[in-house]
Amino acid sequence: MIRLNFELPSLTLGKSAALDVSSPSSEEDSYALEVRDLNVYYGSFRAVKDINLKLPKRKITAFIGPSGCGKSTLLRTFNRMNDLIPGVRVEGEVLFNGHNIYAPGVDAVEVRRRIGMVFQKPNPFPKSIYENIAWGARINGYRGNMDELVEQTLRQAALWDEVKDKLYQSGLSLSGGQQQRLCIARAIAIKPEIILMDEPASALDPISTLKIEELMRHLAENYTIVVVTHNMQQAARISDYTAFLMMDEDRAGYLVEYGTTAQIFTNPREKATEDYITGRFG
Amino acid sequence: MPRQTFERELQRLQDELLVLGSMVEHAIADSVDALKKRDLEWSRQLVADDRLINEKRFQIEADVLTLIATQQPIAGDLRVLASTLEIAAELERMGDYAKGIAKISLMIGEEPLIKPLIDIPRMAAKAREMLHRALDAFVRRDIEAARAIPAEDDEVDNLYNQVYRELITLILANPKNIDQANHLLWAAHNLERTADRVTNICERVIFTVTGQMLEIGKEHSGYRLG
Repeated sequence: MIRLNFELPSLTLGKSAALDVSSPSSEEDSYALEVRDLNVYYGSFRAVKDINLKLPKRKITAFIGPSGCGKSTLLRTFNRMNDLIPGVRVEGEVLFNGHNIYAPGVDAVEVRRRIGMVFQKPNPFPKSIYENIAWGARINGYRGNMDELVEQTLRQAALWDEVKDKLYQSGLSLSGGQQQRLCIARAIAIKPEIILMDEPASALDPISTLKIEELMRHLAENYTIVVVTHNMQQAARISDYTAFLMMDEDRAGYLVEYGTTAQIFTNPREKATEDYITGRFG
Repeated sequence: MPRQTFERELQRLQDELLVLGSMVEHAIADSVDALKKRDLEWSRQLVADDRLINEKRFQIEADVLTLIATQQPIAGDLRVLASTLEIAAELERMGDYAKGIAKISLMIGEEPLIKPLIDIPRMAAKAREMLHRALDAFVRRDIEAARAIPAEDDEVDNLYNQVYRELITLILANPKNIDQANHLLWAAHNLERTADRVTNICERVIFTVTGQMLEIGKEHSGYRLG
């Protein structure tokens, strides 16, 4: 059991020894993340309890559940985003390629480079579209052809055709849906292995939402994606695996059921899952 | 209850399925009764009334598709709706069998029957009763009943074999009986198939409750949804 102090981890750049993944075993090779006995506390309040979960590589896993059940809190533990919130304490392990990201000496910045995040509200930098992509790559020491990287990344994010003639306009000049795809492009520009998405389409109109969903399916060919969504149909449409979380009597979020999305949405094993996804409560 | 409208629609749809079931039950009983009583007018009416069964089935199908399109049912709700589609189709086919018996009655026409009808009405009564209980099992999501009912199909099969032997004997005794014996054998065959289709409904009850798609009697070769 590992207890973290509340201080921010060191901000040294470069690969941390604890994250060296030169020779993963075959078991580790099939999972991008493994969560073991995870508990998250806000001060004395336990927000998430006893989570055990393995997230397969290059698949989309959706977290669903009622408001306040700890989905976002759990998601944020996967790249140590909770470290930035005062009073948060994490117990347990999150194994990334077999290495615990909460082990002493692990560089949280490096964790976040390799496990990127996209938020509910599009938050491009107040800079040009080009710079939104180039900035992260540059500070991570990218030395290749930046124009090529920007184009390739925007193409991957299905945004290139819409912005190729205005790369030097502000990222904030784009529509909400385009801004969100720019944020996804920004996240993938630094070649993460996992992309965490917290309600990535909930602020968007239906067409923009479908574009984001298509993009996610496309990205899942190369990346592991974990998405929190309130939109159950979205979870059903895009994810390969679904985890259903609920709040216990002590208001701590716990994992009720985890399975393939086909199983969860056609024949859930737990009554609580059935009741929630069919709209009988929550 | 957050989904009252949807719940109400599901309930209404189930009621409609029971109405269709009741129409089919009556069609089965009446078609054999009209055949037995040689009431050609009644048989003609039964042939015409099959249209009502078909319409009811289409209406249920349209309602299911509308609910799928507008309410995005999943899990148990989705299985109920998928089963409703299947069961409505089975009922419609049973209606066709009843219509077939009414047509046979018309084909026999004014001819006197070559034998008193005893086992064929028994087959009809048994098939009808099995159907009634299968639909009841669907409404009550009673998988125990759904598993038990198909075994009773043997009774219908035994009656069919009895009718078959009897008709063959009549044919051998007098080749003039061939036409009518053939017609009556078809009537018995329709009832035998009706009872078989009750088994399909029972399988849908099990699917609705468990997600298990299987043929009763061949449980080892099933498919589990999810």
